[in-house]
Amino acid sequence: MKKVYNRILSIVGNVISVRAEGVSNEELAEVKTKRGTSLAKVIKLDNDMVSLQVFAGSRGISTSDEVRFLGAPMKVSFSEDMLGRIFDGSGKPRDNGPMLNENMIEIGGPSVNPSKRIIPKRMIRTNIPMIDVFNSLVVSQKLPIFSISGEPYNELLARIALQAEVDMIILGGIGLKFDEYMYFRDKLEKGGALSRSIFFIHTAADPVVEGLMVPDLSLAVAEQFALNGKDVLVLLTDMTNFADAMKEIAITMEQVPSNRGYPGDLYTQLASRYEKAVDFEGAGSLTLLAVTTMPGDDVTHPVPDNTGYITEGQFYLRNGRIEPFGSLSRLKQQVNKDTREDHRAIMDGMIQLYAQYLETEEKRSMGFRMSDWDKKLLKYGGLFENEMMDLSVNISLEDALDNGWGILNQCFEPDETGFRSELIEKFWPKS
Amino acid sequence: MANVNKGHITAINGNMIAVAFEDSIIQNEVGYVLIDEQRLKSEVIKITDDTAFMQVYEITKGLKVGDEVEFTGEMLSVTLGPGILSQVYDGLQNPLPAIAEGYGFFLPRGVVLDPISYKKKWHFTPTAKQGDVVYGGSIVGWVPEGVFEHKIMIPFDFKGEYTVESVQKEGDYNITETVTVIKNAKSEKINISMSFEWPVKIPITAYNQKLVPTEPMVTKVRIIDTFFPVCKGGTYCIPGPFGAGKTVLQQLTSRYADVDIVIIAACGERAGEVVETLREFPELIDPQTGRSLMERTIIICNTSSMPVAAREASVYTATTLGEYYRQMGLNVLVLADSTSRWAQAMRELSGRLEEIPGEEAFPAYLESRIAEFYERAGYVELLDGSHGSMTIGGTVSPAGGNFEEPVTQATLKVVGAFHGLSQARADARKFPAIGPLESWTKYLGIIPDERVKDAHHILRRGNEVHQMMMVVGEEGTSTNDFIYYLKGEYLDFVYLQQNGYDPVDAVSDPKRQQYVFDKIYDILYTDFHFDSKKEARHFFNELRQLTIDWNYIKMETDEFKVQEKNIDKHIQSAVSKKADKNDLKRSGNK
Repeated sequence: MKKVYNRILSIVGNVISVRAEGVSNEELAEVKTKRGTSLAKVIKLDNDMVSLQVFAGSRGISTSDEVRFLGAPMKVSFSEDMLGRIFDGSGKPRDNGPMLNENMIEIGGPSVNPSKRIIPKRMIRTNIPMIDVFNSLVVSQKLPIFSISGEPYNELLARIALQAEVDMIILGGIGLKFDEYMYFRDKLEKGGALSRSIFFIHTAADPVVEGLMVPDLSLAVAEQFALNGKDVLVLLTDMTNFADAMKEIAITMEQVPSNRGYPGDLYTQLASRYEKAVDFEGAGSLTLLAVTTMPGDDVTHPVPDNTGYITEGQFYLRNGRIEPFGSLSRLKQQVNKDTREDHRAIMDGMIQLYAQYLETEEKRSMGFRMSDWDKKLLKYGGLFENEMMDLSVNISLEDALDNGWGILNQCFEPDETGFRSELIEKFWPKS
Repeated sequence: MANVNKGHITAINGNMIAVAFEDSIIQNEVGYVLIDEQRLKSEVIKITDDTAFMQVYEITKGLKVGDEVEFTGEMLSVTLGPGILSQVYDGLQNPLPAIAEGYGFFLPRGVVLDPISYKKKWHFTPTAKQGDVVYGGSIVGWVPEGVFEHKIMIPFDFKGEYTVESVQKEGDYNITETVTVIKNAKSEKINISMSFEWPVKIPITAYNQKLVPTEPMVTKVRIIDTFFPVCKGGTYCIPGPFGAGKTVLQQLTSRYADVDIVIIAACGERAGEVVETLREFPELIDPQTGRSLMERTIIICNTSSMPVAAREASVYTATTLGEYYRQMGLNVLVLADSTSRWAQAMRELSGRLEEIPGEEAFPAYLESRIAEFYERAGYVELLDGSHGSMTIGGTVSPAGGNFEEPVTQATLKVVGAFHGLSQARADARKFPAIGPLESWTKYLGIIPDERVKDAHHILRRGNEVHQMMMVVGEEGTSTNDFIYYLKGEYLDFVYLQQNGYDPVDAVSDPKRQQYVFDKIYDILYTDFHFDSKKEARHFFNELRQLTIDWNYIKMETDEFKVQEKNIDKHIQSAVSKKADKNDLKRSGNK
């Protein structure tokens, strides 16, 4: 059944084409070159002309190299043995452990039936006030971290991974720098979390196309663990690299680009990955956090823009802090009604005041005289930034709420805050 | 049909396949790709020579060149008949809960189930009698479906006059049994059952005439009903960047809008959002009927990870079902979230067909498709003289939140109201984030137009002062201007904004809106005099607090009256102080 073809008709970018029959769409093939063997995936069929994207890149491929079709789409092994292991972008071990070949599962499987989904209602506490108080993370949520290069996004990701209450962690690295990869490994090892983690790492040194499989591999394995009752946290970094790899293939295939060279199906492609986040009724769950770096700090860039429409909110990382504006957890309403009755009021009220502070700050920097009200706002803004926004703050949700009332009390009279009277009576610090 | 028209695949590119065929085929005809035991639904979208280009409504993984395709000779259709209400369908009218029952957590490929039950018996009551002259769309009887009388009609594609030959007696029938026999001009008899098929891309026009929408569709959202109303049978759009609250607004509307039937088309959006509706609606009670909200709802759910071609079909499925219920004299609201995803589905397809792209690679026919879609809305006079309406509200998700992009612009050209969501308002946690200065409507609402314009004037003026203050500072602003600014802010805080999560504040019925609006209108046009800006700010802060608390109190209660008095007293304190001061001045002059 496994036919071998050794006449490659064209090599353009990382896409090769051969004439072959009986090949199915998205089937996997092996390309044997002098440098070694690489996997390739069928991406287009036109009569007997088959186009394949070569994961290891086309560099060094000869027109007489062997192409052997494997008769099945990409699969990955799934077992408990994977825990603590590190794999590369095509699912091969990157550590020195054995190759895993048992219990192969298909990747990029069908989508979950919406009528089987349940309303998410379990909060994941992280002890980061900007998340817990203002934008609570919820089981089964899909959330990107929007960031510019140089921000400590991987540090934040690692901290959430260590502090979040989940059963296991799957890290998918796409175009990760080698030292970032080592950072994650060391951090999780020190935190004692490596034995409940699985890594799929594609580094910046690896062929670009290989990174395309990382999200699918990570999510397929995570989905299986979730079906087996585990609460899985999937971390993907960085999805902009993934989108760029897709762009590269699309341009090679001469697809009409839609926006800044990205293919028209960028939204659909990203969505089919992000939508894997789910809470299975009667089984486990899959929560997805993904870093999306914004080229030039531009949130209207196609990648963050499309991502924002797909995910259930986003965390903006700017100047080393989770920015309160723009950051949003769409699922927070599901959980923050059951935490403490002042949770929602603090969440909205403090942000509204912080917005006014920023306006005052702008006036101040333009040299206007500050009214009494302005002075109050300035004091408030400073306290808020230091005691709530700073990423080093590591306190529980309840402590953070109390802290919020404390800050308000230091700066304002109760009726200046716009809170409902009953809450003020109950929570405004006396004396 | 003895001979099935067949073809075979010659090329595969994403969800588009090229199929070589021999017999004649129809544009937009449905065909099935046969693979293993599965039948994958596809639609012909382009024909050149002996090749048909078809979009496959499923994942194309594993298809091969040479795989067989079976043509059906029919265009993409939905089944119309009793039993559609409270269903959850995918974009092709497959019932999702039934699929879940049979196949578990995931959506398997190639599964097609009956959209409505063929076995269930419905209690039919005839209204037509032998000898009646009927047309396509004429009513011959009805069955109870939830709280509605589901009218049984002559299929809409019947042209010309027919005569009723016989009508079944009142009794229980399933949807395939004959309930009426009619005969055409040539005296040929035709059996009419309770269900028939209708192609989704063809509008249903079996009515006398379309009328101009005039009756407001109350949504119980103050900023919409008062400032930017929509009429029954009208169209509106909600463009906004992500995170501005489009979906929350749609969800509120789907709950509280005073229409008979709501059809939610979740088109290429997050599955999680539909789930909220799916799980909560059966529990929620519709205040108008006292029954579960789900009984008046249909959900068409083709979320972002489901096949993209079916996404394209889903908005048509939704409007077709809406038009069907409109034919029964009901008021229908179709909410499409989001039309940008639908446009993107068209773009993906257009790219695969290698059509010459328009702006941002959208196809050149984007505008006309969007116009066609919204034009299916309308307030109509039916054959029996009664009226029905279908209102369409579509969200738009413009790339980068920039309203200059093709989908937003094409939509603005054809809709009757524009509820533009603003990032700045969303960031400041103002809900609903509809920008009061940018939005517009062509419809008249529940508050007299001049008074709305007056209130709007305060907003505009207040905003001008605010902009000015950003440049010259508070000290450079006159107290008079400053009061304008405070009044604008006050109106914004206590009237335009609404707490969507508070059971009382989230739902503001017309009576309450009219009452509260009058009160606030009077405040806006009261002359206040303050010695300092600090005093003015303090006064308005307190007033705002009082009014916000008022918003959380039910209108029928005594508390409501008490709080209103508190507000009056507070107003009086500022007005009477002014009188005092005037007295002083006069006495000083003496």
